[in-house]
Amino acid sequence: MNEMVKMVVVLTVLSAAAGGVLAAVNKGTASQIKDQQLRFVKGPAIETILAGSSINPIENRFEIKEGDAEKSIFVGKFDGKANTIAFEEFGKGFGGDIGVMVGVNMDTDKLVGTAVTVHSETPGMGARAKDDPSFVSQFKGLPVANPVSVTKDGGQITAISGATITSRAVCAAVDKAMQAYQKMKPELQQEIKKVGK
Amino acid sequence: MPKTLVQEFTKGLWQELPPFRLVLGLCPTLGVTTSMENGLGMGIATTFVLFGSNILISMLRSVIPSKVRIACFIIIIASFVTIVELLMQAYTYPLYLKLGVFIPLIVVNCILLGRAEAFACKNNVSSSMADGLGIGIGYTLALGSLGAIRELLGHGSVTVWGHLSYNLMSAFPSYHPFTFMVQAPGAFICLGLMLCLINAIGD
Repeated sequence: MNEMVKMVVVLTVLSAAAGGVLAAVNKGTASQIKDQQLRFVKGPAIETILAGSSINPIENRFEIKEGDAEKSIFVGKFDGKANTIAFEEFGKGFGGDIGVMVGVNMDTDKLVGTAVTVHSETPGMGARAKDDPSFVSQFKGLPVANPVSVTKDGGQITAISGATITSRAVCAAVDKAMQAYQKMKPELQQEIKKVGK
Repeated sequence: MPKTLVQEFTKGLWQELPPFRLVLGLCPTLGVTTSMENGLGMGIATTFVLFGSNILISMLRSVIPSKVRIACFIIIIASFVTIVELLMQAYTYPLYLKLGVFIPLIVVNCILLGRAEAFACKNNVSSSMADGLGIGIGYTLALGSLGAIRELLGHGSVTVWGHLSYNLMSAFPSYHPFTFMVQAPGAFICLGLMLCLINAIGD
């Protein structure tokens, strides 16, 4: 009986202590981790989409509530006008969620570019969605009002050969982004004015 | 005969070199050694966990009831692994991305549980510390050397931390890198040859 109590006590204390330490470390590193993610995961994608912006999109970002989630919106300024935004959406890929950064020009309501941020697709197959720019460049210039899909599903995007699921996931993410954009547009126009100043 | 601290430390570097002598912890050994940097990073992360868990388990060895010792070891090891994971995300994010799932998988690395069970729970804190450090550094060197060989043959050059690099092609202009070495089968062949070499050298 005594041994039984000791086992329970030791395990409980140990688990509680471990939980406490981990919570503290998690809290202490949270903001640093967010910075790093912005720099290394979203940074390159944002840079390709908003290349040539006269302000730094990562520094000039704001948050918008969309449903339950908060979205980070990155703003690019071209020819003296802060009119281009980029934000991330996710699609279900072959190996998990695929993050796609989608850039939209708010004056023309057209996509300025897309880039894959995170994925766990098969190297050499689905991973080409990130490595091969010719796939994502197909989205450039498409109007946000029309849904996108791969040619197999009757759409306009040529899928990566051997990676239809990945290509569909990227299309789904872009679709989601376009819908979210249309929903958020009034709010975006409000917020973006503050950045322009 | 009780060993000295120095002996506890140095045994990890050769006699009980984890992947080559004990043939333990092969999953990350095969998985992450596509480059020297990955190998070293993985080794350092493992060393941190091993060092921390060895000390803590040795300190708590009289408190932990033997019937639930494995569960206690796992809690301690898993906590250290999560700390390493968070710290790597915070300070060495690109490396964290490259190592990916292998960082959380340190929990099930049999070297850690092996050292906890076979050493830390039977010895005092200072020798457990020396043991953990020795085995960890041995593991780091093993992964680093395997990674260096694979990267050198597979890419024709070795780069560490973006600054230090050595290009094989400048010394042997006719050499053509074969990517086979940085793919999965190359890992098995390279590890096999390494084991062969280490066994040939012997004690």
